[in-house]
Amino acid sequence: MTEILSQYGLLLLVGQFPDGPIGGLALTLLMSVAALLLAFPVAVAVAIARTSPIPAIRRAAAFYVTAVRGIPLLLIIFWAFFVLPLVTGVTSSPEITVICALVVYEGAYLGEAIRAALEALPKGQTDASRSLGMSYTATLRKVILPQALFNCLPSMMNQFVLIVKNTSLAYIIGAQEVTFSANSINAQLLTRPFEVYFILAAIYFILCYSLSRLSRVVENRVLRKRSRVTNQPITETPSLARVPS
Amino acid sequence: MIEFINVSKWYGSHRVLHDVNGRVERGEVVVICGPSGSGKSTLIRTVNRLESINNGQIIVGETDVNDRKKSVNRLRSGIGFVFQQFNLFPHLSAKDNVALAPITVRGLKKGEAYDRALELLDKVGLKSKADAFPGQLSGGQQQRVAIARALAMNPPVMLFDEPTSALDPEMVGEVLQVMKQLASDGMTMICVTHEMGFARDVANRVWFIADGEVLESTTPSEFFATPRHPRAQKFVADIRAH
Ligand SMILES: Nc1ncnc2c1ncn2[C@@H]1O[C@H](COP(=O)(O)OP(=O)(O)OP(=O)(O)O)[C@@H](O)[C@H]1O
Ligand SMILES: [Mg+2]
Repeated sequence: MTEILSQYGLLLLVGQFPDGPIGGLALTLLMSVAALLLAFPVAVAVAIARTSPIPAIRRAAAFYVTAVRGIPLLLIIFWAFFVLPLVTGVTSSPEITVICALVVYEGAYLGEAIRAALEALPKGQTDASRSLGMSYTATLRKVILPQALFNCLPSMMNQFVLIVKNTSLAYIIGAQEVTFSANSINAQLLTRPFEVYFILAAIYFILCYSLSRLSRVVENRVLRKRSRVTNQPITETPSLARVPS
Repeated sequence: MIEFINVSKWYGSHRVLHDVNGRVERGEVVVICGPSGSGKSTLIRTVNRLESINNGQIIVGETDVNDRKKSVNRLRSGIGFVFQQFNLFPHLSAKDNVALAPITVRGLKKGEAYDRALELLDKVGLKSKADAFPGQLSGGQQQRVAIARALAMNPPVMLFDEPTSALDPEMVGEVLQVMKQLASDGMTMICVTHEMGFARDVANRVWFIADGEVLESTTPSEFFATPRHPRAQKFVADIRAH
């Protein structure tokens, strides 16, 4: 196992880089971070749409979420692989394709996490803001979102862990991330799949476990801050949309 | 200044407000009291359209509250509302809580808004807490910040929904003190409260409400000395007993 690591460690870490395109674990992380950053605004929009006072918008967002949650990520990746070139006119790299698919996928899941955080805020927050004459949009921007997004930092971290694991599907369409590296090592060695895939599993585990630990730390911070900050008993479930306007 | 004309509201088949009529003149203080679930919160929340109504009319100043052509945000910015649970914004300091709406709604310059915020915090005795977050303040202090926040929009009318009910007894006085000061400054106020002392000292009228109906509208001294309606008699006897 150590000789596999010493011989192929670099391939697992950065792929062909610097002689070829960056790959391996570095590409896995790059794709994950890009997917999270791009999915975030989509998710915020989905969460806002899901709690919109306008029923048509609520229904459209609910349809999107339900649809995405009922489809395996792999299918979304295939779909992006074949449809994206038709829509944009250029063939995009497997990396871009996977990132797009992850944004569509995570837009729904992260969106639901943010929606839960929006709805968990006491209804009095909306009441107080609206009673000052603040508009629906101003209330969202200044009062509801800052609190809700802070409160769902832990679930965002969890989503990030899921994204990291999900990028492994990218090897199927040829993105040379860490799973792809492991596969090609296995193809070269032929006789030692157990060790190669054990190393791959260990890499994912160490990465995701540390991220989970980090998210636990963030969560504790949030909880501590919240318990210090919230003297206000949380009353019934709120809905930004409930205040007539 | 504020007028209720045949106001009714239903939740489904449950009628929570029953042909409410009443007037509050400029500079008057009206105390609303009544048993739990009688519709006090619902009534006071209809005044700035935090609750809609099914029937009747509510006039504030010259404005029909439920006129869909009028901007509800402009209406609300002219009516201060103080909640039982304070509802301060926990992610903002006291000063920012007070300055937020003037900056966001009125477009006030930051400097001006913070000057005014400090002035208002001073008025409620909390200038030294300007940078504290709500979670670092006692209940009474939070409620005073909430009053300053409501005053920041210079509303001609202030509404209070049981502002002292969520407070420990030793903090009730400091909040009532601020409210009394407001009243003596000539503020038009509707207060849902069971604080008899406050009603007796400050209120021009007391409205007693039960099952969504205003059963009595009279002066505080008459209300507490000689309540006429049997339910009002029982109510007064009950709060005396405490
Ligand atoms: N969203 C709602 N849906 C259905 N019924 C409601 C709703 N909000 C209030 N009610 C009912 O309306 C009635 C009046 O409630 P309201 O909160 O106005 O009473 P209140 O006099 O303020 O009581 P309290 O002294 O407990 O604050 C109650 O019977 C209550 O159960
Ligand atoms: Mg109430």
